[in-house]
Amino acid sequence: MTPVKVFGPAQSTNVARVLLCLEEVGAEYEVVNVDFTVMEHKSPEHLKRNPFGQIPAFQDGDLYLFESRAIGKYILRKYKTREADLLREGNLREAAMVDVWTEVETHQYNSAISPIVYECIINPAKRGIPTNQKVVDESAEKLKKVLEVYEARLSQSTYLAGDFVSFADLNHFPYTFYFMGTPYASLFDSYPHVKAWWERLMARPSVKKLAAVMAPQGA
Amino acid sequence: MAPAKVYGPAMSTNVMRILVCLEEVGAEYEVVPVDMSTGEHKRPPHISRNPFGQVPAFEDGDLTLFESRAISKYILRKHGSDLLRESNLSESAMVDVWLEVESSHFDGAMSPIIFQCFIVPMFMGGATDMGVVNESLEKLKKALEVYEAQLSKSKYLAGDFISLADISHFPTVYYLLASAHASVLEAYPRVKAWIDDVMQRPSVKKVTEALKMPSA
Repeated sequence: MTPVKVFGPAQSTNVARVLLCLEEVGAEYEVVNVDFTVMEHKSPEHLKRNPFGQIPAFQDGDLYLFESRAIGKYILRKYKTREADLLREGNLREAAMVDVWTEVETHQYNSAISPIVYECIINPAKRGIPTNQKVVDESAEKLKKVLEVYEARLSQSTYLAGDFVSFADLNHFPYTFYFMGTPYASLFDSYPHVKAWWERLMARPSVKKLAAVMAPQGA
Repeated sequence: MAPAKVYGPAMSTNVMRILVCLEEVGAEYEVVPVDMSTGEHKRPPHISRNPFGQVPAFEDGDLTLFESRAISKYILRKHGSDLLRESNLSESAMVDVWLEVESSHFDGAMSPIIFQCFIVPMFMGGATDMGVVNESLEKLKKALEVYEAQLSKSKYLAGDFISLADISHFPTVYYLLASAHASVLEAYPRVKAWIDDVMQRPSVKKVTEALKMPSA
């Protein structure tokens, strides 16, 4: 079987999101770099794969997909096994809880944590833009409120959707991994259940493998 | 079976999203208003249903859910709707792709427009910030270009079949059409035709009829 292709650098958060799903199900894949320095993401060839000129894009035979969470779900459905059932679509309630916490990551968690990653790591290292401390401080306050909700949730179950790891948990990995390389990592110390959950995720073989590829950049 | 309960104001885009799904599957439901002007959404009991203090929240028996897109999928799955195409790997993937596009690109451009053109003047006694609106309209146009190209390849977003990806656009499209900026659609004839098609669905008409929209 031809390996699936993921277009975009493995260190990019949304590419890593997809790679993590592939690692979890043990699928064979190939990462094809997209060179931002020469605007390759806006080239006609890449725009055919991702009409918004973003990464990742994905190819499985003659199926082309974009949007990392959609790609992730496709992978988890296609390669699902008894051991790797990360969407729980066979169970109405469990699938709903996976969807709820996947949406939460998109709308609540990500919007609080990603500005900190951008301001502390990506902007200085990759764009030569200095950290905007005001943005960081506002985001840190937002993140604390989000982590309070996560703390309450993770006091009731081992993982976000229930007592089983799922797509919802995995989606948190890329940005949180980079966040842990900022001076704000210690925010998690005030939320012991969240911290323990993060450590459980970091102990997963798939996560460790990707962490080694991503290794914190700059700062 | 007790009707499902939807907590939130019926005119909220995220509430409308799940009402249209309930109508699609013909489920019985009850809308329980939440008075956001008094901060009801930030206090118990609402906060125990939606810990982020937002609307909607949803109850079906002993199951409580929040996040409208998660709730929509639950409703469709429970009632065996084919709007998710989950029995087909590539079709369900395309539905997911365009649901993500709706969430990040379309909604991302439309939310500031809805906020500035409706919420600020109607509920906050403020003035529309046209700078924000114009910036968002530019983002919207970029998205509409992509939609126009996609809809020249297939009748609906995910393929030649209607899906949740199309219907999920209805609430924000509704507000765009009610705003002073609906003419932005004129440059995108396939998008316009697609919108007309979606807005004609009985489920959509039922939800819009229940709303009373003052002019923008």
